[in-house]
Amino acid sequence: MSAATASRPGRVVRIFRFYRDGFRQMTVGRILWKIIFIKLFILFAVLKFFFFPDFLATQFSTDTQRADYVIEQLTQSAQDYTNPAKGE
Amino acid sequence: MIENLDLGMVNWARAQFALTAMYHWLFVPLTLGLSWLLAFYHTIYVRTGSEEWKRLTKFWMKLFGINFAIGVATGIILEFEFGTNWSNYSWMVGDIFGAPLAIEGIFAFFLEATFFAVMFFGWNRVSKGFHLFSTWMVAVGSSLSAVWILVANAWMQYPVGQAFNPDTARFEMQNFAEVAFSPYAVNKFTHATSSSMLIGAFFVISISSWYLLRGRHVLLAKRSIVVAAALGLLASVFTIFNGDESAYEIAQVQPMKLAAFEGLYVGQKNAGLVALGMINPEKKVYDTQEPFIGFNLHIPGLLSLMANRSFGSFVPGMKDLVYGNAEHNILGSVQKMERGKKAVASLDAYKQAKKAGDTSAADVHLAALNENVEFLGYGYLKKPEEAVPPVALSFNAFHVMVFLGSLFPLIFLGYLYFSWKGTLVEKKWLLGLGTITYLLGLIATQAGWIVAEVGRQPWTIQGLLPVSIARTNLTTGTVQATFFMFLALFTLLLVAEICIMVKQINIGPEEN
Repeated sequence: MSAATASRPGRVVRIFRFYRDGFRQMTVGRILWKIIFIKLFILFAVLKFFFFPDFLATQFSTDTQRADYVIEQLTQSAQDYTNPAKGE
Repeated sequence: MIENLDLGMVNWARAQFALTAMYHWLFVPLTLGLSWLLAFYHTIYVRTGSEEWKRLTKFWMKLFGINFAIGVATGIILEFEFGTNWSNYSWMVGDIFGAPLAIEGIFAFFLEATFFAVMFFGWNRVSKGFHLFSTWMVAVGSSLSAVWILVANAWMQYPVGQAFNPDTARFEMQNFAEVAFSPYAVNKFTHATSSSMLIGAFFVISISSWYLLRGRHVLLAKRSIVVAAALGLLASVFTIFNGDESAYEIAQVQPMKLAAFEGLYVGQKNAGLVALGMINPEKKVYDTQEPFIGFNLHIPGLLSLMANRSFGSFVPGMKDLVYGNAEHNILGSVQKMERGKKAVASLDAYKQAKKAGDTSAADVHLAALNENVEFLGYGYLKKPEEAVPPVALSFNAFHVMVFLGSLFPLIFLGYLYFSWKGTLVEKKWLLGLGTITYLLGLIATQAGWIVAEVGRQPWTIQGLLPVSIARTNLTTGTVQATFFMFLALFTLLLVAEICIMVKQINIGPEEN
């Protein structure tokens, strides 16, 4: 084994360096990363957390309750209609 | 009560979804389209070894990166809205879309974390072959990452391969292949990707034309244009043929949408396609007003050909589809509402029987439900005329899309022809037009989505679930507040993108 091969860093280290050096050499990319992080923070820490809760996930604790609620939403209008199985 | 639903909330929720989707779709087609051009530019560089092509590839890659960074995660907002504003819909389709969309998210993440990084950071650091492979994988992966969301949208227009489960209130997948490979889904995916390619081509042509008009980066601009125009020409011709195929599918599964596109109120044999005309926005399906204001020109038989592949065939109009047409065996919304109401009542009776432990009654009601379930959504309409989408908006959006779509191949041809002749730089009129082609492309593609989504109204899922039932029972004020919040956020991001993009375009490509 040659000295050059023996001193070659492992795959993980090389991948790490590849990303590290790539990020370091960015110019416009730095601004873009800042925009991405600010955007993700606004989306997940502010909008999702305060303004966009998952309605069924937060209002009900089981899937059965959620299904019952949705069925109830679907059948409310049936009260004004004659039950076909009984009426026909 | 359904009758007391706050329709203001539904409309605000729709407006919010439209705002988010349209904003998201400013970035997506450019990412999809430009990624393919990058792959071609990069290939030419690797094949020729020319530093000018490398410089060119790196320049467009930088603009691609800006668009990607600003656009990334804007689609997540749509998922937030599903859970908050459209919780009934979200619950009902969870079985069909949940897993595939999650897989798509994970797939996109790994794709971006690996091949995107290699594409951007790999210059002189990985082998040329692997670097090029990564660029191609970005193009392939970007298009593939759009598959499931488009399949989901296609399913909402043409809900095949499913069965409604009254116990879980969910549409459950019965046949994966029917959902994934329905002709509607295939057309939607190919139409969206090919139209995105022409958006990418127009982006390059717009900026390159501006450079040529300014006498800057002339060689880079000319070379960029030749490749972009060639891809754009192929993509635009394919988009036209594929759009025709989409129209045929719509005629088969959403005839009301097609009738609205064309302002066709009364069905006709040898129906004509509107070439020129101004739709009457006041016209209702039940009145006797003229559908068009003033002069209008129809191309005889073309709508029949588009809808049924036969010149003399009958194309149903909105009146036929609302009130029925026995002669042509068309069931109207009136009849469908009757059956829909039976389905809703059967669902209610089934639920009550199950609760009471009366299994034999439950079986009877379940059978009645299954008999009418394909018209379930019609059970929630108050009037048959509610099945008609907004005609003027559908008509105008469709004709803007078709007009621009027909113009695009000519623009690409013009660019290719004058490039071949070597006189492109002298054709100031074409270069002037070229600078606004990206804007025209965006108008066409946004019009396309208006056609698809507004034309589907009043349905969230065609025939099965109207928007008024798909929504969450929230107050209008809540949705209004987040609508304006998004408007502010989106405007800010758009301004940021335009500023960064314009700055980089002004700087131009890096010197060797």
